[in-house]
Amino acid sequence: MTWQTGWHVATVVGARPLTDTARELTLAVPGFGGALPGQHVDVRLTAPDGYQATRAYSLATAGVDERVDLVVDEVPDGEVSPYLTHDARPGDQVEVRGPLGGYFVWHDDDPAPVLLVAGGSGVVPFLAMLRARRLSGRRAPFRLVCSVRGPAGAIGRDEIDSPDPGLDVRWVYTREVPPGWPTSPARITPDDLAAPGFGPAEGTDVFVCGPTRFVETAAELLTGLGHPSARVRTERFGGA
Amino acid sequence: MGVVTRGFGGRRPEPERQIPPGQFVTDDFPVLSAGPTPHVDEAHWELTVRAETGEGRTWTWDALMALPAEDVETDIHCVTHWTKLGTTWRGVSLDTLLADVETSAEFVMAHSYGGYTTNLPMQDLLDGQASVAFEFEGEPLEPVHGGPARLLVPHLYFWKSAKWLRGLELMDAEDLGFWEQNGYHAYGDPWLEQRYS
Repeated sequence: MTWQTGWHVATVVGARPLTDTARELTLAVPGFGGALPGQHVDVRLTAPDGYQATRAYSLATAGVDERVDLVVDEVPDGEVSPYLTHDARPGDQVEVRGPLGGYFVWHDDDPAPVLLVAGGSGVVPFLAMLRARRLSGRRAPFRLVCSVRGPAGAIGRDEIDSPDPGLDVRWVYTREVPPGWPTSPARITPDDLAAPGFGPAEGTDVFVCGPTRFVETAAELLTGLGHPSARVRTERFGGA
Repeated sequence: MGVVTRGFGGRRPEPERQIPPGQFVTDDFPVLSAGPTPHVDEAHWELTVRAETGEGRTWTWDALMALPAEDVETDIHCVTHWTKLGTTWRGVSLDTLLADVETSAEFVMAHSYGGYTTNLPMQDLLDGQASVAFEFEGEPLEPVHGGPARLLVPHLYFWKSAKWLRGLELMDAEDLGFWEQNGYHAYGDPWLEQRYS
């Protein structure tokens, strides 16, 4: 596998708030060769005196064009995410390297059922997978389980809840439920992850992305349900 | 210098010492693993070193514990850009483990419980540069960080320090491990920023 590993100049062309702390940034990146859903990029910011800071972000859209969509959730006391979520505006320039990562990816010609399990902003690479699936016109069965603290922090909820044949969505609210929701707030359980058509017997490909503790819990529940470790791909962020 | 990002000043906390290019210092201990965390009981844990001749040598947990252990204080550098300063580990030096192994192999593949692999040059594992670590900050190494025992090769990016270590395969020719086949650099020197192939 070869990646593009040089830095590209990227210009902000759009910024759209998604929640109180997250926003979607669209960058125009001449020379960017497209990406597979699930891949990420390095983003580098440079201060006027030459100081640089680099962080990795999942792509929210995969594609073949020179446009890059990122969803950035603010890390309190962070160095790069507060700039990207508050300060960056159209016309500003950063640099982008990538796409990166060849393992946590979904190929739109793969007909196997897919179970996606997201904790918080871990949903971002799954937005790329859902968007790629819609665009491809193919209809591999997808189930997306999103664990969020409450409805206000649910990144991409309107898009995820839009009708999409063959996509089955389950929201897990851990602190606060929407008005009229049938159950109380609760952490993710095996029942949230077990669904007809998305078990180990169907050869389901499982992707889990979120904070380390969430991924540890979810991955353990999934292997407990019989999913082979080799079919459970994980991406974690934050400490443990 | 690249383009200047308008309005970005950086928080640039003054690092205690120089860190590799493109890294930032964190107090957290982030986790990067490709799949679920394997839980390996010490009673069933084994480490096997297999030379290119086919000769093998295996240590049980008790046998590992019976070997002289050393404390290591080191900075660690992850390819995802974080650096953690002054981490402390306890483990058995690979000089000790490889002392009685007859080999002229120049390359090593580390194998983990769970199927992970990573490749290293033999010369990077010797002369006090590498160990099999089983304690972190004075406590038994947690499974999420590679316990019961992981490889520790802190002068290379941390994906080379294979978690859940179960074997070292000594090889005459270089072969690529898991992340190395998935686009990461075959060697991974953080000071040369050898992140990607």
